[in-house]
Amino acid sequence: MGDTTTVEAARQKRRRRLAYGALTLFALLYLGPFIIQLATSFKTDPDAATHPLSLWPNPFTMRSWKRIFGFSSDSSVDFVRWLFNSTLVAVCITVGRVSLDSLAGYALARLKFPGRKLVFGLVLATLAVPGVVLLIPRFLVLKQLSLFDSYPGMILPIAMDATGIFLMRQFFLQVPESLEEAARMDGAGVFTTFWRVVMPLVRPGLITLTILSFQGSWNEFSFFLVSTISPKYYTLTTGLANLSSGSLGSGTQYPLNMGAALLTTLPVAVLFFAFQRRFVGNQMAGAVKG
Amino acid sequence: MTTSTATTIDVPPTESDRQKRRRLIREERKLNGRQGIAGWLFVSPALIGLLVFLVIPIIVALYISFTNWNGASNPLGGSAKWIGLDNYKKLLTSDSLTRTNFFRSVRNNFYFVLFVVPAQTLLALLLAVLVHQKALKGRGFYRTAFYFPSVTSSIAITLVFIFLFQGTGAVNKLLDLVGVKGPNWLQDQRGLFHQLLRVFGVDSSPGWGKHTLMGLHLWDWLSGPSTSMCVIIILAVWTTSGTFMLMFLAALQNIPEDVMEASQIDGATTRQRFWRVTVPMLRPTIAFVIMLGTIGTWQVFDQILLAGKTNPTMSTPAYLTYQLSFQNSAFGTGAAMAFLLFMLIIVLTVIQRRFLKEKI
Repeated sequence: MGDTTTVEAARQKRRRRLAYGALTLFALLYLGPFIIQLATSFKTDPDAATHPLSLWPNPFTMRSWKRIFGFSSDSSVDFVRWLFNSTLVAVCITVGRVSLDSLAGYALARLKFPGRKLVFGLVLATLAVPGVVLLIPRFLVLKQLSLFDSYPGMILPIAMDATGIFLMRQFFLQVPESLEEAARMDGAGVFTTFWRVVMPLVRPGLITLTILSFQGSWNEFSFFLVSTISPKYYTLTTGLANLSSGSLGSGTQYPLNMGAALLTTLPVAVLFFAFQRRFVGNQMAGAVKG
Repeated sequence: MTTSTATTIDVPPTESDRQKRRRLIREERKLNGRQGIAGWLFVSPALIGLLVFLVIPIIVALYISFTNWNGASNPLGGSAKWIGLDNYKKLLTSDSLTRTNFFRSVRNNFYFVLFVVPAQTLLALLLAVLVHQKALKGRGFYRTAFYFPSVTSSIAITLVFIFLFQGTGAVNKLLDLVGVKGPNWLQDQRGLFHQLLRVFGVDSSPGWGKHTLMGLHLWDWLSGPSTSMCVIIILAVWTTSGTFMLMFLAALQNIPEDVMEASQIDGATTRQRFWRVTVPMLRPTIAFVIMLGTIGTWQVFDQILLAGKTNPTMSTPAYLTYQLSFQNSAFGTGAAMAFLLFMLIIVLTVIQRRFLKEKI
């Protein structure tokens, strides 16, 4: 009896060691590219080309970062502008989605209006449309409305989304109905009830939607690709894509590329680490629903 | 129906309360009227947005797929001519270069899906099981590390991968360390299956392979993913496994403790427990992950645009749609291709749903 338990314990120990080994290996595989990216952004072009694996820039240079933030005589690549555009567009889209999706989500969850089922069906249907089908339609409508190649054209079409409406509806459904009735009894109108009573109760939902919207619009690429054409509307993603394809004469400047790519990753990374629990929670909640 | 809400239930239906009840019903009606207006006011900004920027444009794009619109003029005006099913015929039945390109891209994408979906599902499951262990120190760290690539920009990540997979890049330097000479990844158009067959002495097409199907030699259909596509396969598995890991993790946490304990008491080994208890309980999540994976992988676009612009073994239907429309101004054909892809995704989803449901 005692023998089997020691055998079992030894086996468990071995298994645990194996698990840690596997986890460490995977962690290296998942974080390694980011570490190499960071190191490369401080290298010179020849150093990056000859020692791509080295984590020690030799010589260490801030050249790429100076160029990225405009402290350099070479201003052929306007990163600061891309950064500004990305921020502006992402903030506007996030504000749009949070407000419009909450309004619609509340109506679909709580307000009884004729045609509600139909509207909800439509929202669910658009949820199922694969994004790749939307490239041509979106270009088309922007052309028709003379919004092509403009800030409103980059913002308005994605300032509301079916996913967000659906998400907010789920959150509103969890609010106890009795609270709204109490507010109504006290003579509050529909909007007052919504704004003063219900909205504060769905704060977790609002934070979730804010994070998802910001992350989505910051990382957005294909839509900005088809909705703009002038370099002055480049965001970090479309600008970066152009930079790497060499049309701006920077095809193989890897340190610059890696630095700019890191700059693109950074805001979402910060958001990710700040709200990690929520990020992870969202995904997991989504899975349970599915 | 409208009167049976909680407000009236609170009121006991006694004779003396009749008047009060009537008043409440009256108020309720008024409220419903007010709610009707408010409902439409609340929902219309988002609804109008979705209609104007999504629903109607899709319908117009469907119309475009039956015309020869070049993207410049007003698509509904005079210069775009209705050409019926010509765009679809060009892609499916006529012996044209467009059709060959289209089916080559379908082949490329098919092998992409074939490799990515199983790999991402299995890897995500493995990571979830590893991270799920109760006794594990630093669970949060590992979970964060694995999920992090999923939240970053596809463009930024693809740039990093292009850098890592250059001919003399970090990956090949690593392979050098273990004595393997790595290929020139992103330039290498040789198919994986072709390269495997070469090991067995088959290095060119046998006689039957010369037959063509949809403009492509049978031999070419069987190429497998090209070395360059393998880079995108690795990238896709790497960036998506974290998301799916979280889904599996949530499902694992939902498995009742006593089920696990019972199997343990019954003397099941860890392996038996995994295959006989954990996997069956995860079936719905596995099905869901496979479905999401399939829908996503058939739309691979950003990575191809960045890393495989001029590589015919990397083009995918999504990328070809963009290229045809926005670079060759053949919006009609591009739209037709987008809708074919749309239908393919729907059909695959429906089939998978039915197939996987049966198994559950």
